[in-house]
Amino acid sequence: MQTHQYDVVIVGAGGAGMRAALEASKEARTAVISKLYPTRSHTGAAQGGMCAALANVEEDNWEWHTFDTIKGGDYLVDQDAAEIMAKEAIDAVLDLERMGLPFNRTPEGKIDQRRFGGHTRNHGEAAVRRACYAADRTGHMILQTLYQNCVKQDVEFFNEFYVLDLLTDHDLTTEQIADGEEVNATGVVAYDLATGEIHVFQAKAIIFATGGAGKIFKTTSNAHTLTGDGMALAYRRGLPLEDMEFFQFHPTGLAGLGILLSEAARGEGGILRNSEGERFMERYAPTIKDLAPRDIVARSMANEVREGRGAGPDKDYVLLDLTHLEPAHIDAKLPDITEFARTYLGIEPYTEPVPVYPTAHYAMGGVPTNVDGEVLRDSRNVVRGLYAAGEVACVSVHGSNRLGTNSLLDINVFGKRAGRSAAAYAKTVGRHKELPEKPAARVVEQLEEMRNRPDGERVADVRRALQETMDANAQVFRTAESLNQALADIRGLQKRYRNVSVQDKGRLFNTDLLEAIELGFLLDIAEVTVVTALNRKESRGGHYREDHPQRDDANYMLHTMAYRRPTSAPDVADGTVKGYFDHVEEFDGYKVVLGSKPVTQTRYEPMERKY
Amino acid sequence: MTAVLENHATESTETEAGAVPSFEVTLRIRRYNPESAHGDQAVWEEFTVTAHGTDRVLDALHKIKWELDGSLTFRRSCAHGICGSDAMRINGRNRLACKTLLKDVNPDKPITVEPIKGLPVVKDLVVDMEPFFASYREIMPFLITSGNEPSRERIQSPEDRARFDDTTKCILCAACTSSCPVFWTDGQYFGPAAIVNAHRFIFDSRDEGAVQRLEILNDKEGVWRCRTTFNCTEACPRGIEVTKAIQEVKRAMITRAF
Repeated sequence: MQTHQYDVVIVGAGGAGMRAALEASKEARTAVISKLYPTRSHTGAAQGGMCAALANVEEDNWEWHTFDTIKGGDYLVDQDAAEIMAKEAIDAVLDLERMGLPFNRTPEGKIDQRRFGGHTRNHGEAAVRRACYAADRTGHMILQTLYQNCVKQDVEFFNEFYVLDLLTDHDLTTEQIADGEEVNATGVVAYDLATGEIHVFQAKAIIFATGGAGKIFKTTSNAHTLTGDGMALAYRRGLPLEDMEFFQFHPTGLAGLGILLSEAARGEGGILRNSEGERFMERYAPTIKDLAPRDIVARSMANEVREGRGAGPDKDYVLLDLTHLEPAHIDAKLPDITEFARTYLGIEPYTEPVPVYPTAHYAMGGVPTNVDGEVLRDSRNVVRGLYAAGEVACVSVHGSNRLGTNSLLDINVFGKRAGRSAAAYAKTVGRHKELPEKPAARVVEQLEEMRNRPDGERVADVRRALQETMDANAQVFRTAESLNQALADIRGLQKRYRNVSVQDKGRLFNTDLLEAIELGFLLDIAEVTVVTALNRKESRGGHYREDHPQRDDANYMLHTMAYRRPTSAPDVADGTVKGYFDHVEEFDGYKVVLGSKPVTQTRYEPMERKY
Repeated sequence: MTAVLENHATESTETEAGAVPSFEVTLRIRRYNPESAHGDQAVWEEFTVTAHGTDRVLDALHKIKWELDGSLTFRRSCAHGICGSDAMRINGRNRLACKTLLKDVNPDKPITVEPIKGLPVVKDLVVDMEPFFASYREIMPFLITSGNEPSRERIQSPEDRARFDDTTKCILCAACTSSCPVFWTDGQYFGPAAIVNAHRFIFDSRDEGAVQRLEILNDKEGVWRCRTTFNCTEACPRGIEVTKAIQEVKRAMITRAF
């Protein structure tokens, strides 16, 4: 075992982690720990753009962007946070340009901008050109640019290190901790994939930037490595997860594969059609049609298929039509996604429409933070020295449905904020807080137990069963019945998980072992997603309950806070806020306690959401 | 070892429906595991799995790992050609496993899969990428400017932006560098990927570091070692004209025009 000491440790080297690293490493001794090489992170798969009201091509302002974000999130957005994001978006884009990001340019040489779903002029009048972009490779360029600047700044990385535990000075799962009492994060424990060695990182401040958990679903745009590690670690250590029922299904995944085709395809003029060739979005969103927010488009597509107007031999997808666009325009603006259609489906988008269907894409929920990235341990107390940014976090700027491009924005704005506040906090801490007596014990035990299990079930079989039930029962359309089915399945799979075994017993580069550990994270995240989805008996944004099709502000204008506790611990997780959902779901050996957190509303009254 | 995977119930239903025809495919994989009985010896192993029409080499590798031999080790992440994790040598050519459809590499014969060449093998298809990234870092892969930062964005015409577009596409997968015969024999050579990334900045109108980078690449292990075999261009999964980029860097070194 090796022990390291840093001022700031950042877990994850995608956009949020590296943006944080660029800030923190200027002020404090910083290390970035990542389970992948930084340039492999899934930020690189983002395509369409990053919105900021630069007004380079038409009138725009950050207040319109704030409103669109709040309305897009079906009013579950914390309005103070959305305002910060929309305001700071402008500098976030300019920062990236100054770091070298090769944006597409206007004829005058300014950063070019294009249309994107849900982004409008003057509170919904018409689509506005707000997305700054680099062809359909904006995420790739952001990831490369941030990594390039980390190289320039000589940021220290620990690549292919899996963080498997978070260390704190209180046990949040069992201790009754009073309002205002100090809880500190003290370090993380990591597993070096190359050698199998355990490393303990003691830190004054820790930033989680571990990304999402799309692999709880079968059809997903997410990478194999997006297994919710950071969310699950925080959750297991007693921290709440916020708004986990809200998962975004991106409308245009390549049918059958889930590979993302950017919303920019519609921003550039692409049209969704059903089997009859009808532009069906005209019926669902008469004003902005194909550029309605993703939750609405995804539901509309699923509805077309359900009502028998799907295309293809099994009538199970709709068509993304680009054939009316000039091939030169497609090549200039959408080169990668058209190549995906050619490579994976053998479809030529110049002349044939592309089969598409919603694909699990983005977790709106996550580890709750305030606008400085500080992680909350309940509805109002922070954990000192613990920060989160990016998809792992829930600020909440996305509410119940994230607008396209706002994730690239989120990682830059809140990555920067978390990096700054973590470094500033670390400077105020004299000596490192003490680590627990045997800091690596839990991880060592977990790994050895898994490695030494007798032959049991295969990891892949349990994972496939999980992904299949999530696709079947917790996707675009949900009911109490379908969610109860998913929950029953997950309970069964949690039991089966105790008997999965790995075949690779070695120390070196044991990905078999890590996949088994990651499956545990997936099960916990799927479980909390389904429990919270069952409990929210309304439809809002990405969470659509057919048995409760209306939004219910009277009862549900609240963030969900889910806590995992041992069965013997007290139910009440948070004694500071009224209006609990007040539900406890018992499992074998633990329970999920649901509480709530108020939504911050500043200047926008919730209205009916029409486009 | 030869192992045959049985059809799953769902797969046979699909076949019956006639939507996706399935076929058997054999992968012949170069295995290396210093912890195994073979020790430092690399060995070939064959696995036969059932695949579907649009399955990629990565799908077949996953089937083997998930259903036959969990110890088979390879890197992968995004699974659609963007992250650059799974460059490997497939039937003697460097490709991304997630972008190579089985049906496109003649599945009638065993498909050989080996780690990329020229980098130390760690385990099975995993190589040590550190020397590759070290070369990349050496060419100063970041925008270099002088003077005060502008208060808005720097202005760059669409034509100037287009000048280096091709080389911005690089995903650092090492398919090019590890296909280069010069790199195989001389591990000190910067290799195509590092030069591609130097090109990306040398020809960026906003950048002022071209002279420094050209100095670095003028080294004996630099750009002049390129023998224009075009392996790199053929290997690039992003369709970057790698050899052309290297030629442009060579020309810039002579003419000092960029």
